[in-house]
Amino acid sequence: MSDRWRAVSADGEEIVGIQTPDGPRVVRRAVRVEDRDGECHAVTRPVVALCVCDLSQRSPWCDSTHKSIPRKPRSG
Amino acid sequence: MHLPRPRGPLSAAVIADLAGEPSESLLDVQVPGTDVLTDGDFQLALWTLYELHYRGFDEVPDDREWDPELIALRGRLEAAFEAALRRPTYAFVQQGLASGDDVANQIVAVIDAVGGPPVASYLQRRATRDQVLDFMSQRSLYHLKESDPSSFVLARIGGRAKTALAELLHDEFGAGDPERLHADLFADALEGCGLDPSYGAYVDMTPATSLAVNNVMSLFGLHRRLRGAALGHLAAFETTSAVPCRRIAGGIERVGLAPVVADYFHEHVEADSVHEQVALRDICGSLVADEPSVREDVLFGAAACAYLDDVAGRELLDDWQHNARWRPDRAEAS
Repeated sequence: MSDRWRAVSADGEEIVGIQTPDGPRVVRRAVRVEDRDGECHAVTRPVVALCVCDLSQRSPWCDSTHKSIPRKPRSG
Repeated sequence: MHLPRPRGPLSAAVIADLAGEPSESLLDVQVPGTDVLTDGDFQLALWTLYELHYRGFDEVPDDREWDPELIALRGRLEAAFEAALRRPTYAFVQQGLASGDDVANQIVAVIDAVGGPPVASYLQRRATRDQVLDFMSQRSLYHLKESDPSSFVLARIGGRAKTALAELLHDEFGAGDPERLHADLFADALEGCGLDPSYGAYVDMTPATSLAVNNVMSLFGLHRRLRGAALGHLAAFETTSAVPCRRIAGGIERVGLAPVVADYFHEHVEADSVHEQVALRDICGSLVADEPSVREDVLFGAAACAYLDDVAGRELLDDWQHNARWRPDRAEAS
């Protein structure tokens, strides 16, 4: 599982969310997502899906590109 | 919205009755029992009756929504429609049930078993500009009331499934921002194509199978008995949306339509990648955990979604193969 993204609540606490099988990490109640370089992405949805396969063209958000690659255990 | 143009004796009887000029008692109207999925007269009659529960028609008093004769006829049409959906999807539902215990996996197994025609790939690589417009006008019937059928289910379920459905619908309805209402984003896209963005504008040009794609959502949404099917349908819809939307956006950009047209589909690449997970696991998974008896209906709903998408998609591709140009009747109406 990728740890590229750190989802953060309004209180500044990290929200890990739920890793789906063969899919993205689903996170609720985040207000922003930070990447390793400190870049912030504002969250505009009640629930977001974070890319963990590093193939998304809309990072940090999942764009379902993982469906185009053969399934591997616990990857997305 | 005005009443649609009749396509045969059944829709003519319904439309005349709604217009206040009944030609015969609706109790005496003959209802066909076979091939109803491809019967434009049947599907238009049912669509017209369902529309009374959404925005209605300019010519029809609002209180006719619960007129017993209309409801009685609707019930007869629905019985034939549901039977026509249960028959061809039974084997897919059984394949889903045999694929393990996890309902999310079962829904995916059902979708994989049904398959689907390559409409999105065709739009991405080969469709002409007119064919893209054709696609947009046909899709407008649903997308201008996007997620409205699913909203009927909210009052019929509880617990975690209800919370998750509300979460998904909140996003569909703009997440608090009226500018982000998905139905309105589609209206903007239609305007960007030079098409009519008004609700129901293209109903007269929508083929039977595309009407059936709309009607199945109302059938499931308006019957508490079919709440499992409604949510299974929603899960299949969301699960088969993100990748096709990315392809469709590519096709729209390839034929040179305005960016606002592709924007709608780009939004759904991202939104539906989330909604898929919410619908499969938090909505359907929770519903089946709370109410194990609806599992088979959840899979029926998923199979009905994929099956009708397949039937309607094949008809659309076949039509494009034989009519490469914008149909004159459509051009006139737009």
